[in-house]
Amino acid sequence: MKAPAESFPVAARRELANAQLRTNLRNATDTIRAKRARVVDEVPDWEELREAGRSIKADVLRHLDEYLVRFESAVESAGGHVHWARDAAEANAVVVEVARAHDADEVVKMKSLTTDEIELNRALEAAGIHALETDFAELILQLDGDWPSHILVPAIHRNRTEIRDLFARTIAPGIESDDPRDLAEAARVYLRERFLDARVGVSGANFGVAETGTICVVESEGNGRMCTTLPAVLVTVLGIEKLLPRFADLEVFLQLLPRSSTGERMNPYTSLWTGVSDGDGPQELHVVLLDNGRTRVLRDEVGRQALQCIRCSACLNVCPVYSRTGGHAYGSVYPGPIGAILTPQLVGIENAPSLPFASSLCGACYDVCPVKIDIPSVLLHLRSLAVGAKASPAERTAFRGIAWLFGSRKRFALAERVGRLAQRPLARGGVIRRLPPPLDAWTRTRDLKPLARESFRDWWARTRR
Amino acid sequence: MRVALFVTCVGDAMFPEAGRATVEILERLGHEVVFPAEQTCCGQMHLNSGYAEEAGRLARRLEEIFGGFEVVVSPSSSCVGVMREHYGLRNVFELSELLVHRLGVEDVGASFPHRVAYHSTCHSLRVARVGDAPLRLLRQVHGLELVELPRADECCGFGGTFSLKNAETSSAMLADKCASVEESGAEVCTALDPSCLLHIGGGLSRRGSRVKAMHLAEILASR
Repeated sequence: MKAPAESFPVAARRELANAQLRTNLRNATDTIRAKRARVVDEVPDWEELREAGRSIKADVLRHLDEYLVRFESAVESAGGHVHWARDAAEANAVVVEVARAHDADEVVKMKSLTTDEIELNRALEAAGIHALETDFAELILQLDGDWPSHILVPAIHRNRTEIRDLFARTIAPGIESDDPRDLAEAARVYLRERFLDARVGVSGANFGVAETGTICVVESEGNGRMCTTLPAVLVTVLGIEKLLPRFADLEVFLQLLPRSSTGERMNPYTSLWTGVSDGDGPQELHVVLLDNGRTRVLRDEVGRQALQCIRCSACLNVCPVYSRTGGHAYGSVYPGPIGAILTPQLVGIENAPSLPFASSLCGACYDVCPVKIDIPSVLLHLRSLAVGAKASPAERTAFRGIAWLFGSRKRFALAERVGRLAQRPLARGGVIRRLPPPLDAWTRTRDLKPLARESFRDWWARTRR
Repeated sequence: MRVALFVTCVGDAMFPEAGRATVEILERLGHEVVFPAEQTCCGQMHLNSGYAEEAGRLARRLEEIFGGFEVVVSPSSSCVGVMREHYGLRNVFELSELLVHRLGVEDVGASFPHRVAYHSTCHSLRVARVGDAPLRLLRQVHGLELVELPRADECCGFGGTFSLKNAETSSAMLADKCASVEESGAEVCTALDPSCLLHIGGGLSRRGSRVKAMHLAEILASR
């Protein structure tokens, strides 16, 4: 997986300057957040469901080796082919090979973060094969050379007028209406023929059931189901952490996922398939099991809970940082709080050291996570690793120095006295309006209350002795 | 009851008024307050900034100082959160928790004839989990009009060193918070955390706003 090209603060600065983006995001996340809260509040045993989700996923991670082998043999007994991919290159090579074997110059693709993670489209393009995104939002982004900024709503940073203008330039010349129904119809007309012509479909997966070899995909549009049923050949790329032990476990996750992600009680299009069936759907099924850094994440006892993620995006929608900066600031297909803990682990902390710091540690993400990933604790853990790998000597010295001052009350009281003297020329009219670097990062937008004339401890000593 | 006060580093240096008010409220209710002089900082800044080892040393120091008391009170929910949830010091309470949940008091005999907005800070809400204790206390304050703060549960953007490392994002969050505070029509914005009040107060002051940021303890100590 590619590491973010820029540090979070640098990318965020650019995104924050886009007022339209902030308004779009604010409206979209407010709506979805309220919907989620409504449908979660009505479930009396939500906390038990969360705990069930967490413990099933934790069990999968603990025994992943066994579940993977069980899944492989179940898929193969049902007539599918299983491929093991250590990294993006190996996974992409499988898809290219399958497409070539069937002389396909185009594949139809379902919305899939995993294939975005491995940049499958680029690899196919390099082999002369066009990958057509058929999810409405993914299609919008593909037509514009843009990339997703939200796990569930990839084009959340776009509004309908922008989309109408894009369609007029590309797939629907002359379109004037920006009514969502008309825009969807334009995409439908464009996609329908391509579905019927396609020989190879590509999908990701929400869940893979080890017991039966069943693959499960949940979606809202039905276009994904077109990709998984119409072409004669289907390739499914599945991150190895997506397994569930038993078919019955879907009961838990098909309650947790829709309510957490779209704020719906039940998911609109839920597709399940097990191997191949004569005369029904694809006659050739390839399943690619993707590692791409996941086994390394698994080795970290604190960080591995990030692999419990079911990609619902509830954490994005409640995150005060995400709702200001948008997803592109995270420089990865996994944005928001989950991205801040997953990306650095997948690409190596030294390649994304600023991401664990892209949070005010407000904890809203942990409260909504349907599988109870303790995101704030993982952030703290990754911050320690980032400091070990990347902190500047100046920062280290400063933090050690402050810790030393805090190590004794005398040193602390002395530091307070020195601070009071030092702030004299700065504190005018009861506030500090300007500070030298690096503290000017505060005073550019905020005043600072000066140190009090008399500290609490001095007051206590003066009045109580 | 004998209560040990942990005033916190920020409280000691920048918000001594919150510490003094805490002492006043508890003494008014007939409790004895002691101030262990060795105390400095809980190490939260180090813990949150990736300096776990330094934080660990400060944690052990704090445990030695406060471990022996039956009840420790602090006018900062984020420090309470760190001490109780991270370090496991079960005897530490935030002021409003102590008053409402442990001492069973809601009316502390305060009078504060002003319009007040309550900002439920992230760590009071989601780490220390003080619930509605502060609101119960505010509702009993004579003359106080509690106004609705839009998006009260959303972070003000402080986040410790986040406010410096991600200053632009932090400032965008603060701008929205300050706008909500002004929209509420409050004269005073109150909270349980000196550090968040430092941030919100600094933002309001820079905007030239008339709204003051004030710790809950100060309101409860007013007569």
